[in-house]
Amino acid sequence: MAKKDHSECQALLDSLSDYADGTLGQELCQKIERHLDGCQDCYIMVDTLKKTIYLCHAEAGKCAEIPADVRARLFKTLNLEDYLKHE
Amino acid sequence: MAEALPSALSFAALRAGDRAEFARLVDAASGPIYRLALKMLADPQDAEDVLQNTFLKAFQHLDGFEGRSSLSTWLYRIAVNEALMLLRKRHPEVSIADDTVEDSEGVTYPGVQLTDWGNLPEEDLLSTETRSQLNQAIQHLPESLRVVFLLRDVEDLSIQETAEVLGLSESAVKTRLLRARLRLRDELSTYYGERLRKRRK
Repeated sequence: MAKKDHSECQALLDSLSDYADGTLGQELCQKIERHLDGCQDCYIMVDTLKKTIYLCHAEAGKCAEIPADVRARLFKTLNLEDYLKHE
Repeated sequence: MAEALPSALSFAALRAGDRAEFARLVDAASGPIYRLALKMLADPQDAEDVLQNTFLKAFQHLDGFEGRSSLSTWLYRIAVNEALMLLRKRHPEVSIADDTVEDSEGVTYPGVQLTDWGNLPEEDLLSTETRSQLNQAIQHLPESLRVVFLLRDVEDLSIQETAEVLGLSESAVKTRLLRARLRLRDELSTYYGERLRKRRK
């Protein structure tokens, strides 16, 4: 089986992060979307790249809290115990 | 973190050494700084050392903070430097500038790992096992990519802010970010591919 030519995919690759973030200019955006319509490999790649970024954001939201003992030791080290609010 | 910092924080009071104001800053910023350190170092004790040293240094140098960058960018820069110092103690061969040459070379099309896992149900994508898999994949990134990825995709800094924290050009940040994201996508694709194969059996 002939190996697929990925030269167009390669040319668009550098813009994929900006595309996934929604910060890419309209013209390049449309160019990528036209390419995605005809390239299943890139479609899957962009879709799973977006999901990867989404998962990273979701994970960040789950671990934003500092453990209470770590926080207490931090305030102690900084001589700020008077200001340590117990939550 | 920028959103988390109280807008009413007084720089004048902070610079004058006002402890109550500094306590408010610590309260607002310690969560994100600890998370960043933990994900950079994967060791709670090391992360706590970075957390404490970051705020000790911030307190010592607040009078020199000129406001050219935002307070949160400034704190992240101190924290990243502290974390990198610890990493260099552990692995003296590691350098944040490791990828400088590669930055200008762009990124090569992976052309593999095109498992389509984008339509998996939410509970599969966000399970405890998946979160652990993602955290492992983050740890597999080289430090020079991991720190860019964490600032941009976990701490939600802009490309410009990330470049400012790390002293890199915006184009270097973009290249490293894409490289990091593609590597993570690749690892997650292997993981989800296995799960999809098992499910089909």
